[in-house]
Amino acid sequence: MNFAITEMTSIFGTAATRSDIGLAGLAASGGLIAVGVAISLWRKLELERSLLWAALRALVQLLIVGWALQLVVDPDDPLYWSALWLACMLAFAAWTTAQRAAGVPQVLPLALLAYALSGLVTLGVLFGFGVYELEGRTIVPLAGIVVGNSLSATVLVSRQLLVAAREQRGVIEGRLALGLSAGDAFQPHLREALRTALVPQIETTKAVGIVALPGAMVGLILAGVEPADAVKVQISVMYLVLGSVATTTTVMSLGISRQMFTPAQQLRRF
Amino acid sequence: MGAPDAFSLRGVAAGPVAEPILRDITVDLPNDGITVIVGPSGSGKSTLLRLLNRLDDPVAGEVRWRGRALTEMRPDELRRQVGTVFQRPPLFAGSVLDNLRVALPDIDESRALHVLDHVGLPAALLERAATDLSGGEAQRMCVARALLTKPMVVLADEPTAALDAEARRTIEELARQLADEGTPLIWVSHDTAQLRRLADHVLAIVDGGVAAFGHLAELDVSDDPVVRRLVGAL
Repeated sequence: MNFAITEMTSIFGTAATRSDIGLAGLAASGGLIAVGVAISLWRKLELERSLLWAALRALVQLLIVGWALQLVVDPDDPLYWSALWLACMLAFAAWTTAQRAAGVPQVLPLALLAYALSGLVTLGVLFGFGVYELEGRTIVPLAGIVVGNSLSATVLVSRQLLVAAREQRGVIEGRLALGLSAGDAFQPHLREALRTALVPQIETTKAVGIVALPGAMVGLILAGVEPADAVKVQISVMYLVLGSVATTTTVMSLGISRQMFTPAQQLRRF
Repeated sequence: MGAPDAFSLRGVAAGPVAEPILRDITVDLPNDGITVIVGPSGSGKSTLLRLLNRLDDPVAGEVRWRGRALTEMRPDELRRQVGTVFQRPPLFAGSVLDNLRVALPDIDESRALHVLDHVGLPAALLERAATDLSGGEAQRMCVARALLTKPMVVLADEPTAALDAEARRTIEELARQLADEGTPLIWVSHDTAQLRRLADHVLAIVDGGVAAFGHLAELDVSDDPVVRRLVGAL
């Protein structure tokens, strides 16, 4: 089975040739930062330094990423460079999650597992069904979409479960005292945390194309790709985001739930 | 020969390992009537109660329930045999009926009404949101919910501490009714007057150890003035 987006790998390929805005263009677009700075000065927001710093950081970071991506996207490059990139991305995402959700038991290994499983499932589908060809040009950007979009939802679900275990202790132990298993006693809180993490993503997916034009599609259109083709890529990306957020948050929340209780089905103290 | 013991504790220590709240507790809690656990604040009354339904484990010693070590039982099986009523009634989302269904998922309406009647709550409350109940109603609903698992004993951790006098009286009457019907209670209290109204047996805990255990009349004449003060001896 081979879906039609093999042609879209060529979209990724042709994009670069039509998208060179040049240094002058880049500098001109950077001039838009001046608008933000002017507003900050006008309204005395005291955000000028932050704005300039953010713009400079984004420029440097993306230039470095662009340079590094060159190392993996060439068809002649061995895939293990992509695999290495992927491993670093997963490790960094897991570390970031652990920093932002401090206090969650076993957060680092759980986050690593969640991102890895999510990547395996979602990229497994895309590459397994031949939606994209398995090469550096596709692996790294798609994995980046998986991890990047899952990060905030994973942190959110982790924090919410920790808060539930701390603040809803009486209710959880009330269910345990009635003879419910740890899983059943925690189920309402797990469900609520997962809904909180997933609903914004679902709403974003519903609004796509109406409220806002998504980034990948806009980027492809600006790069000269036909809108109809860009839309197909965007749709696959949206589904990838939905699938990866759902998988990551589910794995993470199930793992955390297990860590919340002792083998004797007692709620641990955090 | 009296009824077999409900709980047997041998050399039990509990709380933080470095500084246990309970130290070397050895006592047999009877399987009848109302046993009131009394002691100063922080003496370990609630800590002890949480060991009996295994919401916590001791750091040393052993707890047995009707002769079986708690660690040999499935926690969910134990907790359905050992009902618990908390100081602050844990209310679950939904109506009173939804709350009862957490304990007994396939409960029908007639059984639900029967158990509400048993704890003195009107049928009209069945569809009311649990969060809309008064403090006394909520506590009685929690007793009803706990009774649905057909517990052989009920643990009560200061269940009237947050209630007004009228609600407190109805909960005490309910406790006496349950005990008289054959369901023993182990009741933590810091209220001396309540202890004297309810207790068939008294366990006095001081500084994490057993200061005294026996019938109220026995503790009234204890040699230990702390015990006599705890039970409000006249």
